[in-house]
Amino acid sequence: MSDLLFEIKDLEVSYGSIAAIKGISLEVHKGEIVTILGANGAGKTTTMRTISQLLKAKAGSIQFKGQELTQVPAHKIVKLGISHSPEGRRVFGVLTVEENLMLGAYSQSKLDREVLDWVYQLFPRLKERRKQLAGTLSGGEQQMLAIGRALMSKPEMLLLDEPSLGIAPILVKAIFKQIKAIAKSGVTVLLVEQNAKAALKLADRGYVLDVGTIALSGTSAELLASEKIQEAYLGKKH
Amino acid sequence: MDIFLQQLANGLTIGSMFALVALGYTMVYGVMRLINFAHGDMVAASAFVGLTIYTQVMGQAATLIAVITIFLLSAACMACVGIILERVAYRPLREAPRLSAVVSALGASLVIQNGIMLIWGPRMRIFPELIPQVYWDFGGVVISLIQVIILALSLVLMVALYLFVEKTRIGAAIRASSIDQDAARLMGINVNSIIALIFIIGSSLGAVGGLFIGLYYRGITFNMGWQYGLYAFIAAILGGIGNIPGAMLGGMLLGLFKAFIEGYVSSTWADAFTFILLILILIVRPTGILGERVAEKV
Repeated sequence: MSDLLFEIKDLEVSYGSIAAIKGISLEVHKGEIVTILGANGAGKTTTMRTISQLLKAKAGSIQFKGQELTQVPAHKIVKLGISHSPEGRRVFGVLTVEENLMLGAYSQSKLDREVLDWVYQLFPRLKERRKQLAGTLSGGEQQMLAIGRALMSKPEMLLLDEPSLGIAPILVKAIFKQIKAIAKSGVTVLLVEQNAKAALKLADRGYVLDVGTIALSGTSAELLASEKIQEAYLGKKH
Repeated sequence: MDIFLQQLANGLTIGSMFALVALGYTMVYGVMRLINFAHGDMVAASAFVGLTIYTQVMGQAATLIAVITIFLLSAACMACVGIILERVAYRPLREAPRLSAVVSALGASLVIQNGIMLIWGPRMRIFPELIPQVYWDFGGVVISLIQVIILALSLVLMVALYLFVEKTRIGAAIRASSIDQDAARLMGINVNSIIALIFIIGSSLGAVGGLFIGLYYRGITFNMGWQYGLYAFIAAILGGIGNIPGAMLGGMLLGLFKAFIEGYVSSTWADAFTFILLILILIVRPTGILGERVAEKV
């Protein structure tokens, strides 16, 4: 495999006395799309929030290009090259689409028009609605905005937390297509999904989280073929 | 008609003072969802700080440069107090339940109020006459230079603040932080710095408001922050707490309301009517006139 970009080792995260992540390890190589699958409450979003340092790890290490992230304050993560499109989109609802995208580029010393054009090209809907308040967009459009906003900082690695959540299937398809295009352009993607089938179609490799531990990992083909996955996530009977 | 115009002028003057102070409440609330009860006492403290700068530093000079220096130094002083207040009283409680922060705010209010009393004494002090007593009589309607200055400077400050928040990159970071702090952090915004900045801006504007109160009413007491703070707080709620243009509008409207009640009904009842107004807003439109800006849809 190509060179290691990102690595989590023996990560533990707790909410008070309740352990949410109980010692997981995973790695992401440059240029890969890696997916983290799992049911509700498995710890997927917790993992993502801990990578972005919105939550602090109790133990273990998170390294990006060899740099330890666990002691870095949350607002400095994006500057290092990791951008996070959070669960539930979290767009700034009372700001316009364009203002949201500008805030995505906040960590940049100056705005790169090319990136903005690229985002508009990936999601033309955003360009049409650039003067509209983000809160008035549909769920799918808000998701596009959240991803576009995350791209504005020109990340090396993009964290996508459940981009399909609560979105019309036709838009899910369009969004996943563009995630592929984003990855092709050289951005490494770590994708959290409940929609295992769609995620595995897109990803190179995957990890399956189950109540805070990694239950299974492998290439997408292996995981798609695994009986355990089929039973648990793809709803197929034998 | 004379009463109307006279009270209009008076109302706009006190309204702009309320608005300046209300901005401090509303900006802090916007980002932290916290009512900074100590803000009113900071406003009072500013008047005393201004008094001391006038007597001790400026050698009781009231030249234009001296007056400007008094305003700048007082604002800088209160900005520092604001930063310390946030560090000591609010930051340690950022993750604590809301009630703890409210109690801390009330405690900070008492500390500052008693601090003023310890330093400057419990008796009323007379604020210096920094601005000459010039009056213009427009056929029965008397307007003073002080009123003109208060109104003009307040408008300049409010327009500047509005442009700063709406048009600059840091302004956008302030707005983002008040909508969603975690999402703002993901953008690379240092929310702690933004909160410190909010306290600097709010305290400085409050400081100017405090000096205006001194200039306009002349008598300043250690506990006056409670009264003016309360008016400004009502103004912030009237306009929609958390909303910056709302605080400006609310301040002006409350000033006019109070002035007209004083002019047409009775000045002794002005406070009572003001609180009736507060109760009515809370019943009829708890989000205030402009309301907190809420995004529709999920």
